[in-house]
Amino acid sequence: MSDPVIELDHVNKWFGAFHVLKDVSMRVGKGEKVVVCGPSGSGKSTVIRCINRLEEHQKGRILVDGIELTGDVRQIERIRKDVGMVFQSFNLFPHLTVLENLTLAPNWVKNAPMKEATETAMYYLERVRIPEQAQKYPGQLSGGQQQRVAIARALCMKPKVMLFDEPTSALDPEMIKEVLDVMVELAHEGMTMVCVTHEMGFARTVADQMIFMAEGQIVETAPPAEFFAAPKTERARQFLGQILGH
Amino acid sequence: MSDQSSHNPKTASEIASHVEEPSQAELHTHRRNAFAGLGWARDNLFSNIPNTILTVLSVALLVWAAPPLLDWMLLKATFLNEDPAACREAGGACWSFVTVKHRFILFGLYPYDEHWRPLLAMALFIAALAISCDSRFWNMRIVYVWGLVLPVCGILMWGGWLGLTFVPNDKWGGLPLTLILATLGIVLAFPLAVLLALGRRSDMPAIRAICVGYIETVRGVPLVSVLFMASIMFPLFLPEGLTIDKLLRAQLGIMLFTAAYLAEAVRGGLQALPKGQYEAADALGLGYWQKTRLIILPQALRLVIPPIVNQFISCFKDTSLVIIIGLYDLLTTAKTALADPSWRAFYVESYVFAAFIYFLFCYFMSRYSQYLERRLNAGLRR
Repeated sequence: MSDPVIELDHVNKWFGAFHVLKDVSMRVGKGEKVVVCGPSGSGKSTVIRCINRLEEHQKGRILVDGIELTGDVRQIERIRKDVGMVFQSFNLFPHLTVLENLTLAPNWVKNAPMKEATETAMYYLERVRIPEQAQKYPGQLSGGQQQRVAIARALCMKPKVMLFDEPTSALDPEMIKEVLDVMVELAHEGMTMVCVTHEMGFARTVADQMIFMAEGQIVETAPPAEFFAAPKTERARQFLGQILGH
Repeated sequence: MSDQSSHNPKTASEIASHVEEPSQAELHTHRRNAFAGLGWARDNLFSNIPNTILTVLSVALLVWAAPPLLDWMLLKATFLNEDPAACREAGGACWSFVTVKHRFILFGLYPYDEHWRPLLAMALFIAALAISCDSRFWNMRIVYVWGLVLPVCGILMWGGWLGLTFVPNDKWGGLPLTLILATLGIVLAFPLAVLLALGRRSDMPAIRAICVGYIETVRGVPLVSVLFMASIMFPLFLPEGLTIDKLLRAQLGIMLFTAAYLAEAVRGGLQALPKGQYEAADALGLGYWQKTRLIILPQALRLVIPPIVNQFISCFKDTSLVIIIGLYDLLTTAKTALADPSWRAFYVESYVFAAFIYFLFCYFMSRYSQYLERRLNAGLRR
């Protein structure tokens, strides 16, 4: 494995008295795709939200591209520029058009001239196959379209890593595929990705590593073929039985 | 047509089929026109028994109240006769009082021969306000407009330059005073309110404590006492020889008071925004002020247009409280105009006139806020 882009070293986090993350360690190499799965409440979303400091960890070390995440605001903002994030609930900015959603951060954070930011935005809108929606407001798009815009918005910052926090969980079933297709394409291009998802078909296709979490701990790490065929722990067997067994 | 049909059924049916539709439609619209009023009345006024009772009561109230009111306001009213005796004789409203006293009510103690100055200043001021309501000017142009209008208004009101005699601001009064106090109070309070609301939600305990302390203290005190403190207590704390103008102190008092209330309205908007909006802005690497300016405030302020305008209207009317520190705002001049013994009986007319002016401004603000809400939310409708 080349130098890790993301490195978590015995990360611990508490919400009040509740211990959400217990000694979580993982390494994600450049170009690697990691799928994090586990039952609800297992801390999988919290882990990836720690990677761009939407949540603060209390113990352990998190390094992104060699920079350690501390309370230093400048470090945090520097890391966030390089880490794209896609949320379950899209979180597009409803008062801006699709194009404005895409050009805002490159223009303000990276000081890209508007012309260049617009070109980049249109390029990624083509990539997610909705260039014709550029002038619309997010509220006028379907859920699947909104999530694709959200992916394009993150890509416009030319991130080194993409984090996906259950990107298809809020979508109607018929819209899941259009979003997954975009994600698969992105994976094939060599983007480093960490995805929290229950889409096991997607995991099988693109993941280099499966991470299974339960009760705030990493229970099992394995390549998908191994993980799906022969999970080592009872917890993982149970979990897979529940989500694949119908 | 019936003649034709008996002779030649085929053609008749043909004609009928051609003619039937338009003629039916025509008949329909015709009938609808004729019965539109009736249908509307049935649907809206007599749809059920409680509705019918309310309708009958309303009509009765109108019949009982409207004719005497109309009599008083218009038919028996005196408009131009400048003799109070004529008013008493006519028995109706004495609008002559307004005719005689309107200049004092509008401009207070401002030197009579110089009334054109506050009039012109007010016209410019209101024109600038009107321009500010137009979204096409929401850029640098608005800064130029006010950058020009405010100094010109200042020169007109104070004078002492370009051959205009100097009028100290304790001679200002009436509508210009009310407009200045209210507009500057609101315009200056607004940015302060936004900062207070943001501060109240800050992660930094010291800033949060200051903002909470300020808001809660000011909200716990009536405006009257804020004005009293500004006019009577505050000068006691100033070093000997240093004085701050009374009008300025009242202006600051109103501004600081309004800001505390506005801050709470703005905070409501900040809290109503989904957490995801904050997180998405963070995740993109926007700094705090970028996030606040580009993502949070544009959405949060839209959400709270109604309570914000509510506060504006309230501030506009509350300026009348400056009477207690001896400033001659619109309501005070209306009251003072009654001090003339020969017109003392016509206090209703005086207050109706003042109320009408207040109403004009407040009603406009209310309508404008509705327009603004519709316009700004057009893109957000789903």
